[in-house]
Amino acid sequence: MNQADTHLKTQAILNTVAHEGGNFSVLLSGDWVLSNLTSDSDLQKRIKQAAEDKKLHWDLRSVNGLDSATALLLWQAWGQSVPAGLEIKPEHLRLINKWQNQTVPNLDEPSFSFLQTATYLSNAISDVFEQVLNFIALLGQLLLDGGHLLRHPGGIPWSEISITIYDAGVRALGITALVGFLIGIVLSYLSALQLKLFGAEIYIIDILGLSVIRELGPLLAAILVAGRSGSAMTAQIGIMRVTEELDALSAMGISHSLRLVLPKVIALTVSLPLLSVWTSATALIGGMLSAQNTLDISYQQFLLKLPDAAPLLNVFIGLGKSAVFGLMIALIACHFGFRIKPNTESLGNETTNSVVAAITVVIMVDAVFAILFMDVGMP
Amino acid sequence: MNQPHAIQLEHIWTSFGDKVVHKDINLALPKGEILGLVGASGCGKTVLLREIIGLQIPNKGEIFVMGESLKTISSSHGKRLRHHCGVLFQKGALFSVLNVFENIAFPLRELGVDDEEFIKYLVFMNLENVGLSAKDAWLKPADLSGGMTKRVALARTLILEPSLLLLDEPTSGLDPISSQDFVDLLSGLHRDLNFTVILVTHDLDILRDLCTKVAVLADQQLVAFGTLATVLACQHPFVQRYFHNQRAQRVFNYQAQAQPKTQQGQLSG
Repeated sequence: MNQADTHLKTQAILNTVAHEGGNFSVLLSGDWVLSNLTSDSDLQKRIKQAAEDKKLHWDLRSVNGLDSATALLLWQAWGQSVPAGLEIKPEHLRLINKWQNQTVPNLDEPSFSFLQTATYLSNAISDVFEQVLNFIALLGQLLLDGGHLLRHPGGIPWSEISITIYDAGVRALGITALVGFLIGIVLSYLSALQLKLFGAEIYIIDILGLSVIRELGPLLAAILVAGRSGSAMTAQIGIMRVTEELDALSAMGISHSLRLVLPKVIALTVSLPLLSVWTSATALIGGMLSAQNTLDISYQQFLLKLPDAAPLLNVFIGLGKSAVFGLMIALIACHFGFRIKPNTESLGNETTNSVVAAITVVIMVDAVFAILFMDVGMP
Repeated sequence: MNQPHAIQLEHIWTSFGDKVVHKDINLALPKGEILGLVGASGCGKTVLLREIIGLQIPNKGEIFVMGESLKTISSSHGKRLRHHCGVLFQKGALFSVLNVFENIAFPLRELGVDDEEFIKYLVFMNLENVGLSAKDAWLKPADLSGGMTKRVALARTLILEPSLLLLDEPTSGLDPISSQDFVDLLSGLHRDLNFTVILVTHDLDILRDLCTKVAVLADQQLVAFGTLATVLACQHPFVQRYFHNQRAQRVFNYQAQAQPKTQQGQLSG
């Protein structure tokens, strides 16, 4: 190309020139733009040092380019005035003169006062109440939608339910299997070390059976689903808010809860118990492999003893718990999704809140189940 | 040395899979011009703009920005080049976690400026330049109207006084008054700062009132390039449909009617 000569701003040069009679002048040349000045901090210091000597003569006629920021820097260095005898191109002088009348408004960023702190606290408290009310309203709306669908079964959103089961259930099989398997190995290995001390190796089956089927399997699956699918659901609803899809649904008279919340709730209530069985199975396989290696308990022995160690009722308790976990995770994800405002900050905050709340609620529900079914399903 | 070009596109070919978007596009834009890039929706105007910014790479061809080839430029030189280019995205692209002041100050801080007083001077001057008041500095992007968002985004774009300004549909979504304000603002800033502007637009008023050059993309090619008068005289079917329909005629006839009056005024004056 003919005109490929680069014309990016090159360099800012400062020279001090001595004249006859002991006079000195500061000669600036090149491109005096902010990017050149920030890349050479020494240059700014030299400007300030030179400006301290009020007798110096300033010559800016050789300056090719000057921007407003550098003009400001010079003007500030000169003590917010133009030095006597300044030699400069008229267009550059205009830039410097522009700062003569420029003032910085005295508008400090609002600081926190006692009243503002009190307002902040009261807002935080009312926000908690509002959240509880909204959650109850969402639950109530869901019950109404459920009733409506029972009367009009043709309106059940089968395709949305199916897609969510695939996304939240089928696509989570890999990660839940891996985590379950590894936890099974770790649990079995650590328990084996203790059991060996007492010669109670056979009880590894009881420990694994009860803890995995009744507690760890459902809990692990729920925590993974809350982190994986709960966050995705919250973000999806949030993005729908940003792109005005929620408003479009409302404008068409389509219920958000019926089209968005209910399919997610049904899908997670159905898929989480299945995932929990899958996670428990892989954890037991991991534990069984580890038990065979560390305690020499054969697979056959493990499988034969398992039904006695963990009666079938435990499987049902695990299934029931998982269904409640799924319901809660979906409801919480949707609740926080609807709270998202159309900005990125809110999207990030509410997605985090959703995951934290879902995991906390899952553990709380688990504790309630543990107390309620304390004497049920024990060998 | 010849008159330097702000932008030079040489044999640009772009395709997405089987879909060809640009077929051998050549363009050379001298410094200081305001180019309006027009074309039908989906013809690849924004893609071309993104290629000039360096956000997308064409399949074939070479792009020179301020004389630097985007293909061969080193990363350090590329960084320097970006300091000379300002981009205004269609929706402003303000950082929602930062308030107006911090959004405008962001390029300064990234450049390593840490003198708060200095930053305040520059930010408030730029706020004033785009017609906003100091009180607006503490607002968050979510609290701004469409017009204000564009003004703040423009202030952020101009804080480093770029030599090249790239605007993607700057007046889309603005009411006619805000749109006219924006045109006046840009026109005034261009007079003061003499930057080169490339703007993608569908707004015929902008082409008439602001642009010194117009480029028309159609059939994956640059079918017309020149002053508005040159483009209006182009016989390409798309140009005929785009510039000679009833609505366009009303816009351009308005100009034709307004011009004799001005000339008459000048003569009598």
